[in-house]
Amino acid sequence: MAEQSMPLWEVFIRARTGLAHRHVGSVHAADAEMALQAARDTYTRRGEAVSIWVVPSAAIVASDPAEKASLFEPTASKIYRHPSFYEIPEEVGHM
Amino acid sequence: MYTQALNEAVERPRVVEDPEKLAAFQARIDAEEKIEPNDWMPEAYRRTLIRQISQHAHSEVVGMLPEGNWLTRAPSLKRKAALLAKIQDEGGHGLYLYAAAETLGVSREELYEQLLAGKAKYSSIFNYPTLTWADIGCIGWLVDGAAIMNQIPLCRTSYGPYARAMIRICKEESFHQRQGYEIMLTLCRGTPEQKAMAQDALNRWWWPALMMFGPPDSESVHTEQSMRWKIKRFTNDELRQKFVDATVPQAHYLGLTIPDPELRYDEATGHWRYGKIDWEEFKRVIAGFGPCNRERLEAKRKAHEEGRWVREAALAYAAKQRARAMAQKIAAE
Ligand SMILES: [Fe+2]
Ligand SMILES: [Fe+2]
Repeated sequence: MAEQSMPLWEVFIRARTGLAHRHVGSVHAADAEMALQAARDTYTRRGEAVSIWVVPSAAIVASDPAEKASLFEPTASKIYRHPSFYEIPEEVGHM
Repeated sequence: MYTQALNEAVERPRVVEDPEKLAAFQARIDAEEKIEPNDWMPEAYRRTLIRQISQHAHSEVVGMLPEGNWLTRAPSLKRKAALLAKIQDEGGHGLYLYAAAETLGVSREELYEQLLAGKAKYSSIFNYPTLTWADIGCIGWLVDGAAIMNQIPLCRTSYGPYARAMIRICKEESFHQRQGYEIMLTLCRGTPEQKAMAQDALNRWWWPALMMFGPPDSESVHTEQSMRWKIKRFTNDELRQKFVDATVPQAHYLGLTIPDPELRYDEATGHWRYGKIDWEEFKRVIAGFGPCNRERLEAKRKAHEEGRWVREAALAYAAKQRARAMAQKIAAE
């Protein structure tokens, strides 16, 4: 008999103060509090974190890999968004 | 730890794939691009990975049992704490891997049911008993050592979630192996009885450890597709040889004898050549007739059954809390 499945949560940890939270994996847990505890036991057994976020996996909205080209390609043609597009005489020095 | 290439056969395609998509997929693999969960992938690639990752996950959690056998009898508090931490790591490895398998569209419950029903395989090594404390040393040194050899190339495997799980796992395995070797070292520097105990454990674990790399290349005809998909990067025999070359000098340092009369150093190639592996024993253990197969599955089933009320209570509590919060919200409106 397959039993009722435990909800899935995505786990994000901040490794040090000053850094952003980063996705590290997922855990199954009945509620948010247990998800936090499971995330701590699963992903931070060696001081990997100073903070943990858990987010219900179902709450994440992701872009479609099939639309990667149309979504991200336009930025490739906008080279004027990069500093190297602008020519500054050497005499001006570092800018 | 522990993928074993138990069943080398790459899953046969059940559907006819679009040749254009297949070619694009192979091109991405060839360019060393990682495949991510939502990307298109051939159905056979998906099923091959589900099987390999889940077997690997099962091995991690079954692997907790032979070591758990010695937790209450560890010779000191320090050893006990270290062993407990190692076993907890193995549980964590199982969890990372089940999570990686789930990204392929199969649930952990489903995979676990397969294990408990005896339909899924796990590494043959965990069907051997841990008779003495020296076995704990040998498991860390040899079994985790073999696992590291197997797993380091998997950090570059083509499926992103699997590769990332393996990176985390490999970071933790090094402690496991050193912990085991240190136990062996302490025994070998101890009384003659302790050293004899270490030798006895090596005698029993050496050959099963070599079997962890799976059947010889001559019998694993299906590795080719796995290599082409870059799920696998070295053959079983290549990895086994690396392990032997690394381990023989470590045994010599301990003053122990490898239980293989044919073992010799090949000057020309720089490799240690080992004797014939008893593949009949391997097949028996994989088929369910090893010394502890029944005991292992029974222990897992018992733990799963006895934990059922905890899972049910946790879900019931969460549902009650949600209902209560909902009722309060409605009352407030
Ligand atoms: Fe492990
Ligand atoms: Fe390990």
